[in-house]
Amino acid sequence: MTIQVNGESRGIGDGHTVAALLRELDIRADRVAVELNLEILDRKDFETRGLCEGDRVEILSFIGGGAE
Amino acid sequence: MDTMNDRLVIAGREFQSRLWVGTGKYKDFAETKKAIDASGADVVTVAVRRVNITDRSKENLLDYLDPKKYIILPNTAGCYTVEDAVRYARLARAAGVSDLVKLEVIGDEKTLFPDTAGLIEAAKILIKEGFIVLPYTNDDPIVAKKLVDIGCPAVMPLAAPIGSGLGIRNPYNLKIIMETVKVPIIVDAGVGTASDAALAMEYGADAVLMNTAIAGAQDPIAMAEAMKYGVWAGRLAYKAGRIPRKLYATASSPIEGML
Repeated sequence: MTIQVNGESRGIGDGHTVAALLRELDIRADRVAVELNLEILDRKDFETRGLCEGDRVEILSFIGGGAE
Repeated sequence: MDTMNDRLVIAGREFQSRLWVGTGKYKDFAETKKAIDASGADVVTVAVRRVNITDRSKENLLDYLDPKKYIILPNTAGCYTVEDAVRYARLARAAGVSDLVKLEVIGDEKTLFPDTAGLIEAAKILIKEGFIVLPYTNDDPIVAKKLVDIGCPAVMPLAAPIGSGLGIRNPYNLKIIMETVKVPIIVDAGVGTASDAALAMEYGADAVLMNTAIAGAQDPIAMAEAMKYGVWAGRLAYKAGRIPRKLYATASSPIEGML
């Protein structure tokens, strides 16, 4: 199935969870926030939250920044 | 110099340093870390952005800034609406470990001045959700008071536009804010060099936050150290109490005993 990750289309296996997606992308779960279809997920739900066709996933973390 | 017993406390949290620094605009993370260490700051601001999923070789800022050692203060930089600022604050909390947020609702691209009406609205929403909101605001005493009245435990008025390096454009307004608002004041944005930081502290600011003045200096590490001493000097001078300004001279050597 196809989902959107940070604005880009990506094919993933059926039944993938958020945690599985993060592992596939080599992203440490304890350093990111994940928004699924505009809903911010609790980190403890990453392992159980399944992804569906057409889902829009945003993965964000801290970067250098002062103000702007 | 005894700075150890002169701690800043905001919402029950103790801060060791009165110089807070941003982490943007550096050449790389190694330089960021060196500059922060030279500044002595224990509070560092960060932005929240999409993870680069195509190039995972990129290092993570938190590999250099251990959240156990530094207080990570996420900002909502780049947000021009209440909705965006609230969304980014929530994402920052989800990505991090604390309820602290430096709230920015920017009003205009050219000046980057805060949209203070939007700021108050966003602050209300976030405070209700348990956030500790440190608002980046204008040097407007009435807005500062409103922000405190709705529950902000500190206010962060600007010295001058972000990144401008102009120094304190309106010292009298800052002084009025310091006299009328009974929470810590962190002068944020617009500082250009160490004397600007010293001046802000001499006026009675509780801390100064800056990024560009350090990161944009020809030698960021040396400027970070200069800022540390500037903030210390200003703080000590403020506590020492300066002499009043007078128009005419007052001799410091006695007249008695002269021939």
